[in-house]
Amino acid sequence: MPTQIDVSNTSPRRTSSAKQNVPADPSHKGQDKALRRTGPLDGRIAVPGGLSLTVLPPASRLSLRAPAGSVADLSAALGMDLPRSPKTSASDGKGRFALWLGPDEWLVVDEAGGDLVAACRAVQALHSAVDISHRNVGLLVSGQGAANAVNAGCPQDLSLQAFPVGACSRTVLGKIEMVLYRPSADSFRIECWRSFADYAHAFLAEAIADASA
Amino acid sequence: MLLIRCPYCEEERPELEFRHAGEAHVVRSSDMAEISDEAFEQFFFIRSNPKGIVFERWRHLHGCARFFNAARDTVSDRFLATYKAGEPKPDVSKFAADAGPAAYANVPPAELNDREGGAKQ
Ligand SMILES: [Zn+2]
Repeated sequence: MPTQIDVSNTSPRRTSSAKQNVPADPSHKGQDKALRRTGPLDGRIAVPGGLSLTVLPPASRLSLRAPAGSVADLSAALGMDLPRSPKTSASDGKGRFALWLGPDEWLVVDEAGGDLVAACRAVQALHSAVDISHRNVGLLVSGQGAANAVNAGCPQDLSLQAFPVGACSRTVLGKIEMVLYRPSADSFRIECWRSFADYAHAFLAEAIADASA
Repeated sequence: MLLIRCPYCEEERPELEFRHAGEAHVVRSSDMAEISDEAFEQFFFIRSNPKGIVFERWRHLHGCARFFNAARDTVSDRFLATYKAGEPKPDVSKFAADAGPAAYANVPPAELNDREGGAKQ
């Protein structure tokens, strides 16, 4: 039961000690027990057949809106060229990637937990950068035939011709909305809202069982 | 499943990603307080609801989230064209051959037989 909170610690939860601050470290390591971060899907695994469904570790996320004139400055600040074409993404090769969601909208993810809002703070050009690190949960469907599993709930054409490696899109999974990203031919990253994570995980666990059968 | 072309995503996408958003090209008065009750009624309540070609707002809600416009045939449910918000209405006569007789229900009676835009027969 990894989601259990340690109640034996009777000390107050908030103190002025710097040690009590939530660390920037996105992993669960090194956190005070009383403040341990618990993910909504901690401890769940599903690996039937050749496909696997992984709950991805916490990451930094940014909802970025900006007009075309601000893109160059924001790209420089984030260390990668923000994608300008529909369904495309960009990556800095160090765990930070930007997904095109709309003509002036991106989802930027930093798996290393870097502070994305701070990175944009110095940019004077018009933009809106909102930290949504805790709003989303990341799931990874991987293995041969991963597209079939995702297609159980996503109506888009996920063939490599229509949805090549690096492609991304906001779309639907069954009854919920998700952002879909294809980091490799046989894997899909699914980003959904935290309150939908339970549904997404249950749906995909069943989907990979069907797709592996 | 119906495929709808999003002018911002520049490709056909499944209908599940879209949401209908009412009639397009309904112009809001710049001086709402000054218009007559009749003019307000026209703006606020009266919609064309034709049998044939309609111009509608749609939103790619679960995609790029942008609003855009579409010309659709209410008889066949066929999307004849989609275009970005703010762009002018496309020429209806362009779709006539595709849309069949119902397309002409949207045309004022005097112009019903004016297929080529030339002299009336
Ligand atoms: Zn779109």
